[in-house]
Amino acid sequence: MKRLSLVLLSAIAAATYAACSHSPPPAVTPQPNSDSIAALERARQDSIDKAAADARAREEADRRRQQQIADSLAGIGKTSEAVRTMLATLIHFDYDKANIRPEDASVLDQKASILQANPNVRIRISGHCDERGSDEYNLALGNRRATAAKQYLVSHGIEAARIETVSYGEERPLAQGHDEAAWAQNRRDETEIIAGGDALRQP
Amino acid sequence: MRRRTVGRTVGPSDSRTVAFGVRAVSGVVILLSISPTVRPSVAQDTSAVDRGVRIGIIYRPGVRPGLVVLPGAGAALDSVRTIIARDLDLSDRFELITLPGGDSIRVSAAPSLAGAGRPPAGARGGAAAGLNYQLYQALGADFAVGLALVGDTTVLAVHDVTAGGVRREFRSRLPPLKDPEFRMAVHRLTDHILEATLGVGGIAATRILFVMDGKVYVIDEDGADKRLVSSSDHQAMSPAWAPDGRRFSYMEFWAGHGQLFVQPVGPGKRQPVATTGQALDFTPAFSPDGKTLAFSRATEEGTDIYTVNIKDNCCLQRLTVGRFSDNLSPTYSPDGQRIAFVSTRPGLPQVYAMAADGTDQQLFAPFDYGVTGSSNAPDWSPDGQSVAFHRDVGGTLQVFVLDVRTRAVRQLTSLGRNEDPTWAPDSRHLAFVSDRSGYRQLWIIDLETGRIRPLLQQSGARLPAWSPRLPETASSTP
Repeated sequence: MKRLSLVLLSAIAAATYAACSHSPPPAVTPQPNSDSIAALERARQDSIDKAAADARAREEADRRRQQQIADSLAGIGKTSEAVRTMLATLIHFDYDKANIRPEDASVLDQKASILQANPNVRIRISGHCDERGSDEYNLALGNRRATAAKQYLVSHGIEAARIETVSYGEERPLAQGHDEAAWAQNRRDETEIIAGGDALRQP
Repeated sequence: MRRRTVGRTVGPSDSRTVAFGVRAVSGVVILLSISPTVRPSVAQDTSAVDRGVRIGIIYRPGVRPGLVVLPGAGAALDSVRTIIARDLDLSDRFELITLPGGDSIRVSAAPSLAGAGRPPAGARGGAAAGLNYQLYQALGADFAVGLALVGDTTVLAVHDVTAGGVRREFRSRLPPLKDPEFRMAVHRLTDHILEATLGVGGIAATRILFVMDGKVYVIDEDGADKRLVSSSDHQAMSPAWAPDGRRFSYMEFWAGHGQLFVQPVGPGKRQPVATTGQALDFTPAFSPDGKTLAFSRATEEGTDIYTVNIKDNCCLQRLTVGRFSDNLSPTYSPDGQRIAFVSTRPGLPQVYAMAADGTDQQLFAPFDYGVTGSSNAPDWSPDGQSVAFHRDVGGTLQVFVLDVRTRAVRQLTSLGRNEDPTWAPDSRHLAFVSDRSGYRQLWIIDLETGRIRPLLQQSGARLPAWSPRLPETASSTP
């Protein structure tokens, strides 16, 4: 293509030179060959078409690549979100008890696998109580609840240093009611990610 | 008070208050005795006080001496008189007598009521000028309290009605009415009256710390002057007084940890307690010498009791090692030798005691295994003879008192949920949290009369801590 343009340019230049270099008017004015003009015209048109097509292709490729990146990011985000939600699942306790219930053990099992699949993640488990117990005793009870979950995770292969525990006693209720339904919701462990939670992998 | 008490048998016709009183007698040091034929019995959960004049009946007010607060000389003393009369009522130690006809009874020679001090020589019929001792005696008064203003000095005269003369006289320059110190200065006058009449220390010049909305407040014992004393972005819990009444300690949540602070009551900055704040440190309690702070520390090993030297901010010591149990909520005996605390070693939390160095740990408040509910929040009385705590009874909390010598436990409350008792310096009043009025607020009970009154009509107040008798300088505005 480039070569063709060069040929075309040099032909034009040659013709111009020829036209100007002889001050005395030549006897014969050379007539352009109609065929070669058509060929030139065709070649020019071709090159324009080709450039346009190339640009279109490039744009398409860019678009596809960007779409791909976006798609994959969204995919990662969706996974991350699901993993995050799983990790944040509350576990609950019986009144004045800190032992892990069987149904919550399976929740903790899933949390353990997530922590194994995401070795940079560090979490904080906070223990909470309902309002029925003594205010100050509930700090100790909440501490037991947080520790119970941590011990479970550690016993399932998670490094102890990756898990912090805190207790808020009855100071941060989730449900505001004063009945068993509210109390049952408030007797809980919360898990929050404190480090390494940017992109979470599915176990 | 106790030495004046006359024990008596109480008949079956008496109300449940009396039954309460009998339990009181069997329990502890406290002898409650009510004259059933004369006085209406004071119901345990009654907030109102029966006052008034009883003329024409045989008036022997049980074991409580009668006292009449005489009208003041001039409007300047109206506030003083009103505050003192209320303080005396809240002391639960007197039968307060109102003069019939109010101020108009202030017979003929009024002007020199108390200001003259001693009754002038040759006063008629043995009475001081303006004082009709016979009348007061007829009304059942053993004592009369008169107030007068001499220049800028307030003169308080405590009259012995039976002897017909002035027993003690106190002169003080009260701060102006608008001064934040005014009320506390008047409360001190009330405490002087108790000393002069009964020889006991009063509780009028005391305050109560408590927590509301995560902030620490203080309120006068008579329910006046509620003030915020500590406010930060961090939620606070468990305020506790230093024995000198000049400082207090409390806990704040810091990023899931519990940081303890010691703060002066007056101006001055709070200090974080060394070694605390790295774990969940809570329930601070001063030793009686004020040098040591005992507290609970929750770690992954569980909760245990530690002490730290707050004089030198050093020397952390661990007193309990409960691998499979929690130990918390320490409270010192007034001699500093022992610490009562809560332990979950029997399964549910119960009240234990140990020597102040952590040795000799033993059960303190007896319980029936598998029957008695959780027991928490012990507070050792200033006279050393009792430990108040709360216990789960049928799914709600009630205030109990343990007799230290006999180890007998008795229940003080039954209406609603009642928790976190704290002793007044007279060891006969307790402040506690109750929802008996429909929402949780602070109440005060007198163990001897059974009278219960609300301290603060505001929802959400909790974790009260009653001050010792406050020193003169400690009452300045925080």
